[in-house]
Amino acid sequence: MRFEKKAGGASEVSGVGGVSKFTDEAALGVEVDEAIRDFRLSVHAWSEAAYSRPRTAPAAAVRRHLWRLASAWALGCVLVIGGVSTGGVYEHHQREVRIAAARAAEQQRQAAQERARQEEEDLLAKVDSDVSREVPSAMEPLAQLMAGDETQ
Amino acid sequence: MQPVRASTRVMAAGTALEAMTMATAEKIAAEEFSAVVTKHRPHIFRFLLSSTRDVDLAETLTQECFLKAHRNWGSFRGESSAMTWLMRIAINLQKDHWRNRRMQFWRQAQTHSVDMDEASEWLPSGERSVEQKLMARERVGQVGKAVEGLSERQRTVFLLRYVEEMELKEIALATGLNEGTVKAHLSRALARVRAELGGKR
Repeated sequence: MRFEKKAGGASEVSGVGGVSKFTDEAALGVEVDEAIRDFRLSVHAWSEAAYSRPRTAPAAAVRRHLWRLASAWALGCVLVIGGVSTGGVYEHHQREVRIAAARAAEQQRQAAQERARQEEEDLLAKVDSDVSREVPSAMEPLAQLMAGDETQ
Repeated sequence: MQPVRASTRVMAAGTALEAMTMATAEKIAAEEFSAVVTKHRPHIFRFLLSSTRDVDLAETLTQECFLKAHRNWGSFRGESSAMTWLMRIAINLQKDHWRNRRMQFWRQAQTHSVDMDEASEWLPSGERSVEQKLMARERVGQVGKAVEGLSERQRTVFLLRYVEEMELKEIALATGLNEGTVKAHLSRALARVRAELGGKR
């Protein structure tokens, strides 16, 4: 496979079997041709060797695969543990909130009961004070007499 | 027992014949594809190896290429040669691989590319003197270095032309470029190789 070099400097591909045009660049042209041919031979040999190598699960590939598997498992475990613990913390927090709410409700209920009882007592006291009357002052001596008889 | 009509018998025979024909066609297609794999697999692998410089990656992409080809074998019309068609799939797979940025981190972590100039280690000794062998190795290393420095498209065109020895028309079909563009890329690639070799003289 050869290529030609144009006078302007840009090379043009002439296809397989072409000949270098200009003698001043002929040496370089031949050298490039040879270098490319050798490059092709090298790549072919490399490829053949790689293609026909025994496929015995290369250690590096296996190790890489195992690493990937292990890291995937580790990541999975961390995510699961994280998820579970986050769920546990959230659940605990929710329970605390529920207990605090129940306590507050109980306290409110007790306070309301106390207030109602107090109001009832006040009402009864007010009724007692309104209904009861003082002994008339005209009966007072008699009352004193009755008290004297009882002492005798 | 009811008598079976003649038309029903003909239809049943037709269906059986159709099934047999389909089975035969599938068998023939499978055999054809198997022959194509046997014939072209080393070439596709070689192109991908020289392009990626990573044996494992080249093997993976070759597998993917033939898997894709197998899936689409029915739609291959033979407008180009099977090799050109397969090469086009391989080039697209390679492009997808490098352009897919989602897994860039993993790719960088896993890359096992070797330097292209290491290809010189595989240069067959032939009937050369020790000095000639050393010089040839050095030149191959220089070409490898120049190829490594080419753009993706220039490298593809260069490798298809000078390693796979494909015709310009075939390269144009495989890369989806027109022949003029292929020539331009090839010219620039050659200029670079020439400069690399010329500079070291």
